[in-house]
Amino acid sequence: MRELLDDLDRWRAAGTRVAIARVVATDGSGPRGPGAAMAVSNDGEVIGSVSGGCVEGAVVGEALAVLNGERDAGMVTFGYSDDEAFAVGLTCGGTIRLFIEEFNW
Amino acid sequence: MSMWPTLSERIRLGSPVALVTVVDGPGIGGHLLVHPDDDSVVVLGSLGDPDLDRVVARDAIAELEAGRSGVRTYGPRGQTTPEDLIDEPTLTVFVESWAPPPQMWIFGAVDFTAALARVAKILGYRVLVADAREVFATTRRFPMADEVRVSWPGDVFTARGHELGPRDAVCILTHDPKFDIPAVRGALATSVGYIGVMGSRTTHDRRLERLAEVGIDDPADLDRLLSPIGLDLGGRTPEETAISICAEIIATRTGRSARQLRTAEGPIH
Repeated sequence: MRELLDDLDRWRAAGTRVAIARVVATDGSGPRGPGAAMAVSNDGEVIGSVSGGCVEGAVVGEALAVLNGERDAGMVTFGYSDDEAFAVGLTCGGTIRLFIEEFNW
Repeated sequence: MSMWPTLSERIRLGSPVALVTVVDGPGIGGHLLVHPDDDSVVVLGSLGDPDLDRVVARDAIAELEAGRSGVRTYGPRGQTTPEDLIDEPTLTVFVESWAPPPQMWIFGAVDFTAALARVAKILGYRVLVADAREVFATTRRFPMADEVRVSWPGDVFTARGHELGPRDAVCILTHDPKFDIPAVRGALATSVGYIGVMGSRTTHDRRLERLAEVGIDDPADLDRLLSPIGLDLGGRTPEETAISICAEIIATRTGRSARQLRTAEGPIH
């Protein structure tokens, strides 16, 4: 989050709608621990990372879906070992759970 | 009231702050911002129930003190014990902490050091092991430590003593006046929250004499020395001793008696 502060301030001042995805849990090896964050503006600008590049593309899609009202804020799991896992996985074989929400706090 | 100004300012300043987010269950998307303020706790926002807010804020402060981020589960009114959660919907919160991990500095690369470093790592400490003897102070002997320094205690405190604060701990395990007198002197010059010094009561009495010889005799200073180190658990092994020391560190931080809970009264937390 620390590295996102300047951009979040800028977006907030401009009234831009933004979704934030944060890693809340990891299982097995994972490149980024809890708190790793990325943010996506409704015009498609992306900052930060949650996995070192493995799942960011899929996260952008979920984040935009939250902003467009196509899905609610909630958890998303990436990895191969979980029923709710997306097709996108981590090359390290671990699992990460993200919470994606609109940045309105 | 928005949390962002407080959150972003504290993150930028490096001041401790925790953001609680309900990530699953009733109230999903709710937030609570928690940070210490002198001896009290400031809580912004609400998760929808005063008891839930109180319990979650308490746990968030504990996570913050340990420098940890992670998920926790509660009932809608803050219940945490399994019996209280039967037939209740549960909510999962993510506590995100912004705080440097507390530090433990261990002086003396002795038998007890490796066990203490291991337990300290479990508790979330950044562990420094220092000893002036090159053959003992090696990363091979202490792979669990974040840093192993071949150094006299005085040098470590001169260079880095300003880093230590109330969440941190100094454990002096050397038993040797050559090392432990300068280590005690260095630790007393910091605002570290815990100073434990190993040795028998006889060793402690002799140490007090030596400290007086070098001008350390202020009762307020000597009162900060937890010596003999640890709680009276009766353990003997390095691992048991490490638990006894770390239990004393926790009780010192929380200001609790370290009695058995069943002999005490009032709320547990």
